Amino acid sequence: MSKSGTGGGKNPRDFVSQKADSLSPSGIRKFFDLISTTEGVISLGVGEPDFSTPWRIREAAIHSIEKGYTMYTSNYGLPELRQLLAQSLERQYGVSYHPGQELLITCGVSEALDLALRAVVNPGEEVIIPDPCYVAYSPCISLAGGIPVPVPTCVETGFTIMASEIEPKITAKTKAILIGYPANPTGAVMTKEELSQIASLAEKHDLLVISDEIYAGLVYEREHICFSSLPGARERTILLGGFSKTYAMTGWRVGYAAANGDIIEAMLKIHQYTALCAPITAQMAAVEALKSGEAEAQKMLHEYDRRRRIMVKRLNDCGLACLEPGGAFYAFPSIKITGMRSEEFARRLLKEEKVVVVPGSSFGQHGEGFCRCCYAAPLKEIEEALKRIGNFVRRHNATT
Amino acid sequence: MERIFEILENDARTTPEQISTMLGIPVAEVEKAIKEAEEKRTILKYKTIINWDKLNKEQVWALIEVKVVPQRDVGFDTIAEHIYRFPEVISAYLVSGTYDLSLLVQGKSMHDVAKFVSEKLSPLDKVQGTTTHFLLKRYKDDGEVLEFPEEIKRLPITP
Repeated sequence: MSKSGTGGGKNPRDFVSQKADSLSPSGIRKFFDLISTTEGVISLGVGEPDFSTPWRIREAAIHSIEKGYTMYTSNYGLPELRQLLAQSLERQYGVSYHPGQELLITCGVSEALDLALRAVVNPGEEVIIPDPCYVAYSPCISLAGGIPVPVPTCVETGFTIMASEIEPKITAKTKAILIGYPANPTGAVMTKEELSQIASLAEKHDLLVISDEIYAGLVYEREHICFSSLPGARERTILLGGFSKTYAMTGWRVGYAAANGDIIEAMLKIHQYTALCAPITAQMAAVEALKSGEAEAQKMLHEYDRRRRIMVKRLNDCGLACLEPGGAFYAFPSIKITGMRSEEFARRLLKEEKVVVVPGSSFGQHGEGFCRCCYAAPLKEIEEALKRIGNFVRRHNATT
Repeated sequence: MERIFEILENDARTTPEQISTMLGIPVAEVEKAIKEAEEKRTILKYKTIINWDKLNKEQVWALIEVKVVPQRDVGFDTIAEHIYRFPEVISAYLVSGTYDLSLLVQGKSMHDVAKFVSEKLSPLDKVQGTTTHFLLKRYKDDGEVLEFPEEIKRLPITP
């Protein structure tokens, strides 16, 4: 018997599961409405390139549609894409994955992250994450039934997660360490030594490492270290990556996971019943990106590098102390000089100077006192935004 | 040094201070490199790309293919020089293929350009023949799309 509208039944709100209800809304979402109603805003609040996908890649995708490539692909992803990806990982990082059993193409690295966690976490098991970190880590762990255990990182150690800080947090329930370097929001990168210590720690305590390397293609003045390329790390690592940042393909939603075949098999089971496969057009585009996207990717990388240096200098010049980020496209300056909380800083900066930054607190408790400024924006906008931020800081300098 | 020129080629108004920050080299070094490049004519000039069509100015451009007779010892250079000295010639290239010189010529009207071809260019001794193509529309100049450059269509804030 169906319940009619006005009876004593549930409000739609009551149908929402406790799990969904318990997730805190993204701090970024709250900001969105505020921005939409303000005119003349310069945004340093984005998390994606300001370039469109290189034409070659778009053109290949259009061609694939014309040719009728509009069907499902293998659950694993297009064989050609996995083949090229395996070659690319081997060539760049010297780490080899079997394209048939050890690679899985996903709907963006976001899906890969979700699959990885759901495939390995049992109810109540703990996953260690850096704080601050990407907004999805903690909710995805919770959704998988796990418990996120944040390890504070700080500006003094360049926002890298230290093995010595992780170890005291390890309990009998710890299942995995989830790291993402180069990091969103801090732009931090980790050295081979620092990563090796984490690899040793994982081995010592028999833990899995989930390494989100979506920004691997955006590393400045040094080589990216792929976690699974570290001695002994491959078999206990789930490597996550994608095409979004390197090739300016955020909207295509195509990423991947690379791991031991048993783990990929477990992830595949969830993937086949949920996403089924990544969109074929996006996979076709990714094939072209791997075949011919390198030159354009390098060009974008050089452009980000120039903007990065300008942004870091201007931030420091105006009193917002900022480390030089080694990767991604974010600067993460301290706003201590203003004496404001990071949400207040971001809100007032938007109101008074019409510049959008993301409050550091959106990325975890230890992001408080900082804000994220994205330098994937035209240089002119960066210069103008930093001029406005300079004015703002001069007006609100709490130290004078 | 090449990186300095890449930056300037993209935006000639980038200041030495900005370049110095972008590349992590001292301002004085950037200034010195630019000065030297100007003296050596590695940097020829600082120009602006203008879409004259927006000003409704009466102007026409033509691509002219020129077939010439090369000369002993100097090849194409002397006749090329003779031709590119005319102020109507905006660009001049020696090319491979069925003709030799490719010219971009500018005039106030089609008549103007036709007059240049018939009175100045064609009568030259070493010129064997010309083919004139009037430009109907400019889509892309020096790497810049004129009409519809792509906008950034991002949301203002994303994770």
